[in-house]
Amino acid sequence: MTVADYAFYLFAILLVASGLFTVVARNPVHSVLWLILTFLSASGLFVLLGAEFVAMLLIIVYVGAVMVLFLFVVMMLDVDFAELRGGMAKFMPFALLIGVVVLMQLSIAFGDWHVAEGVNVAASLGDIQGTEVHNTAALGLLMYDEYLLLFQLAGLVLLTAMIGAIVLTLRHNPNVKRQNVIAQMHRDPAKAMELKDVKSGQGL
Amino acid sequence: MTSADFSIVLPEFLLAVYALAALLFAVYTGKDKTAGLITWLTAGAFVVVAAIIASRVAGAQTAFNGMFVDDAFARFAKIGILLAGATVLVMSQDYMKKLDLLKFEFPIIVALSTIGMMVMVSAGDLMALYMGLELMSLALYVLASFRRDSVRSSEAGLKYFVLGSLSSGLLLYGASLTYGFAGTTNFAGILAVVKDGAPLGVLFGLVFMITGMAFKVSAVPFHMWTPDVYEGAPTPVTAFFATAPKLAAMALFARVLHDAFGGISSDWSQVVALIAVASMFLGALAGIGQTNIKRLMAYSSISHMGFALIGVASGTVGGVQAALIYMAIYIVMNIGTFAFIMTMQRDGQPVTKIKALNGYWKVSPPKALAVLFLMFSMAGVPPMVGFFGKLAVLQAAVAADMTWLATAGVVASVIGAFYYLRVVYYIFFGSDVEPLDKTKGGVANFVVLIAGVVMLVGIVNLFGIDTYAMTAAEALVR
Repeated sequence: MTVADYAFYLFAILLVASGLFTVVARNPVHSVLWLILTFLSASGLFVLLGAEFVAMLLIIVYVGAVMVLFLFVVMMLDVDFAELRGGMAKFMPFALLIGVVVLMQLSIAFGDWHVAEGVNVAASLGDIQGTEVHNTAALGLLMYDEYLLLFQLAGLVLLTAMIGAIVLTLRHNPNVKRQNVIAQMHRDPAKAMELKDVKSGQGL
Repeated sequence: MTSADFSIVLPEFLLAVYALAALLFAVYTGKDKTAGLITWLTAGAFVVVAAIIASRVAGAQTAFNGMFVDDAFARFAKIGILLAGATVLVMSQDYMKKLDLLKFEFPIIVALSTIGMMVMVSAGDLMALYMGLELMSLALYVLASFRRDSVRSSEAGLKYFVLGSLSSGLLLYGASLTYGFAGTTNFAGILAVVKDGAPLGVLFGLVFMITGMAFKVSAVPFHMWTPDVYEGAPTPVTAFFATAPKLAAMALFARVLHDAFGGISSDWSQVVALIAVASMFLGALAGIGQTNIKRLMAYSSISHMGFALIGVASGTVGGVQAALIYMAIYIVMNIGTFAFIMTMQRDGQPVTKIKALNGYWKVSPPKALAVLFLMFSMAGVPPMVGFFGKLAVLQAAVAADMTWLATAGVVASVIGAFYYLRVVYYIFFGSDVEPLDKTKGGVANFVVLIAGVVMLVGIVNLFGIDTYAMTAAEALVR
């Protein structure tokens, strides 16, 4: 085994284990921390695949932004997870049964798995890997050229999410005093302040 | 990527530009004061885009390396989606104003979701399919909880969101299995690879994808969300849910099965047939006990989806044509019925109890008659348009040697007729309770009457949609 192989097994085992702990951890904050470890291991796997950009994206976006937000939400919401889990014990046997059945079916599919004749998935990615173009640049070329339609649609999806969040949560409370920047900037020291000459020993 | 690609996606592009412009305009001017104007403008934009699509010449074109397909099938579905969306927007205004829900974001979110539907029915690639589906669904989740001060509406939105994400996950998993086998996400590429039978892995992928799409058309056993979401969402939103997205999802269903897996139709037709039978029977049986008319309409739509799926399951040109005719008729019936539900009010408050309809014909005889036509049509009573929709799918099933499916359809249709006839019974023969208000004017009242008339006049030649549906089906099934 090469170093890369060892690294693969290290990251893969870490990924599966931390994924498991994300689900079974009793404390929700611990769950979030396990999830962060999951993402870090996944980004390690991406590096091994030669997809540095995706690996960095995973760390910057998911670990850096999304998970920190998650952590805040989990800490601020007063949700009793033990109580939520209470109902789970009731459905556990049934859920396990279905899970085992699905797992067995999937293993049948996996046992018979093969790629269609004449199809080489790696070859279709070859023109990115073979050229001297950097990983990030190659992704950019694909995304803004071949997948332009999908890219723009993703933009529309995000816009919809933003509009939706605003529609569902923004409330205009008329009793709140708001900052009026224009009025603030147009304040004149001469009018706003009044200087009084107070003689010593006397009050106003 | 060339300018030819852009000219093919022009309708979607125009609608997206319109949505952005309308958003900016409303934010920088009167905000919610412009809501009425924006609603009318959006409906107008839908009609204009539908006209642009209708004016396109026959034939199929692909854009963006086959990711986007513009053929007769997509055009048929898009025109249906746009016209249904426009009608729902126009008729919902009075109701939204009454509930203080007339916000300018409403028509804009509807427009965004419509763009998603248009991409869905034109998808020529698994990734384009998913982007369209998510754009549509995300907008619909927001719409479901649009009445944010109501617990039921919020619950509807959350439930729809959680279950919708789950179904999207299943669909994606299926898509990844298919990609793993075929090495391409392009429908034409998948079709070429699976033409001589598919191995087990691809069948798994196919079944997972069928699961995801069955959720979107609310077919049994993936229908659980439907009654709660229909009941909780504001009535205009429910009217939208029951029409345009259903047509889009059904068209997507047919497109994926034929465009990507057309070579192995014997593998999927039994799955779809089973879903169809389960939907028809569950919709027909579970609707019997309902007391809320919106829940009743939810079960009714589950049952109708079962009938439309019969057409898809037969896997022939005639089957797809029948499914399209059925969906077109279903949309008109639902728009009429939901317009009527919006006008159901007592002392100015919306009412959704079926019993409240007791003796309604004394309040407004023309509307009562229109509802009679609509309900008979939904039940599939012979002189109405709905009968011809059912006839078309049953004929398609018989022609495809699926007589057992057609027989099941007839039985389910007879069972389902009970609850439609019960509504009619309450309206005409129900004992007097405190009557509902007599609402005057308004677009919704007008739409009820028009839909009622269509149910009767349409039997002459179905307004010629059968020929359009034929062209569309021939473009899809090759």
